[in-house]
Amino acid sequence: MKQVYFTGDSIISSLGFSSQENFNQLKNGITGIRKMNNPVFYPEPFIASLIDRQKVNVLFPDDQYTLLEKILILSVKDALKSSYVDISSGKTVIILSTTKGNIDLLDKSLAARFDKQRVLLWKLGEMIAGYFGNPNKVRVISNACISGVLAINDAAMLLQNDIYENAVVVGGDIVSKFVLSGFMSFHSLSPEPCKPFDTNRDGLSLGEAAGTVILSVNPPKQNEKLLFAGGASANDANHISGPSRTGEGSYIAIKKALKEAEIETANIDHISAHGTATPYNDDMESIALSRHNMSSIPVNSMKGFWGHTLGAAGIIETIALLWEMKHNTLIQTKGFQEAGTVEPLNVITQTEQKELNYCLKMASGFGGCNAVLVIKKVNS
Amino acid sequence: MTTKRTHITIRNNKIFKNGVLFFEAAPYLTLKDFLKAAWKNLKVKYPKFYKMDEVSKLGVLAAEILLIDEPHKAFNEEEVGVILSNAHSTLVTDTEHWNSVKDDSNFFPSPAVFVYTLPNIMVGEICIKHKFKGENAFFITEQYDAEMIFQHFNLLKTQNKIKAAIGGWVDQSQDDYLVEMFWAE
Repeated sequence: MKQVYFTGDSIISSLGFSSQENFNQLKNGITGIRKMNNPVFYPEPFIASLIDRQKVNVLFPDDQYTLLEKILILSVKDALKSSYVDISSGKTVIILSTTKGNIDLLDKSLAARFDKQRVLLWKLGEMIAGYFGNPNKVRVISNACISGVLAINDAAMLLQNDIYENAVVVGGDIVSKFVLSGFMSFHSLSPEPCKPFDTNRDGLSLGEAAGTVILSVNPPKQNEKLLFAGGASANDANHISGPSRTGEGSYIAIKKALKEAEIETANIDHISAHGTATPYNDDMESIALSRHNMSSIPVNSMKGFWGHTLGAAGIIETIALLWEMKHNTLIQTKGFQEAGTVEPLNVITQTEQKELNYCLKMASGFGGCNAVLVIKKVNS
Repeated sequence: MTTKRTHITIRNNKIFKNGVLFFEAAPYLTLKDFLKAAWKNLKVKYPKFYKMDEVSKLGVLAAEILLIDEPHKAFNEEEVGVILSNAHSTLVTDTEHWNSVKDDSNFFPSPAVFVYTLPNIMVGEICIKHKFKGENAFFITEQYDAEMIFQHFNLLKTQNKIKAAIGGWVDQSQDDYLVEMFWAE
């Protein structure tokens, strides 16, 4: 099997328009979550992490494209700057991760401006692939909140097995009335910025973002390289809207990803958890990690910075992990103050330096789905 | 290599198992009534079925018929995956949710509807019903791409992630539906 390298990335979020801008804000402990009062989104005040949409339109004024298409394309363009991969090559595949795509086009006021098909996710994929002149069939993955991690795992598997040489994995979702009202009806949104793993956590914060990570079988020139070491997904087979009480799917996904990476739990230096700050999710993750005796490994959640960005989450949080590894830096868990998960966790409370060689990313979502990937750093 | 053992097709209120007619209902029945009749015909006690949206019901119904001969019993639960696809994601249910929130004067979102606005919920329903804990994926393509789904399964199998899977296509639009589902090991 071929080795797969991480070769470039980009994050477009409430915290900035590149991975570098975002990472600077993460290091400085700045959150993009704000209190809002905008009846276009929701009849009452709400909390969310929103992209500077005016800036999006300045950077990308062409109104033939929807807001989501714009941020996805901007993010791919930005990631290509830092990578040597040719996106228009037949050897490159584009994989899109999204949960709801252009769902805002259900609104009549927007629908009139765009073709009816644009609300369909395969069409969104075609818009992105078409923009960059990529000749291959675009792969679109829509698998709730694990979509991003699953898309990276899918990309790695295609590259490891010589189906393609390069993969551009792009993911995104926007905050809309559709999504906000749905989560509100579930009572899963916190009235304050979310508090992952905290004893007083009371729900998630929604966010919007686009992220791109570029993978290749061709190694980068620099001595220090970041590789995809393993990945897996698993289902709880328990409940469609609540996580397993035993962390079953998450436990299995961790086990299988570590097996593929050919390492033991003790080799993992740091974990980036899903950490939505709902009472059940964070407890579930603490249980899954405890079952693997991984409770003492430094763990963080990025949700306190960006909110839960749905189809972007797995991608931008993996990028944050890549940057933590590049800079040997553990980023604090914004919003966390006092431990409060059913099993103990070593939650990172202060951003600090640590040598990072193997790291693990976790994600879980509605439908009982869980996905995990492992990243390895090598020097050659 | 993969052996394609069983295949289900559901269209025009007819269910075919390996190409042979398994069940049919009057073509004028709505999808809702067809699903009810087809599920009743299976004589499976599973009240949860009635809470699902129609596209999930289609997937769960097809899986139930696919697994009548219990090919999955030869595998442990972590070895069985579910890899499905469609073109419309959950657009019918999305529209239902949207209609309940678009007017502030008539605002009544329901969590029971909203939870079904993700296509992989159907995968979750199948996993719950049959205790499958292996790999999951939901792809969106314009048309059914059986080759892509088989390739994904074969790669997962080559990498020892799973040994068997339910794969295929479960699509519902406002005016039509189609299921093509297979069991592979």
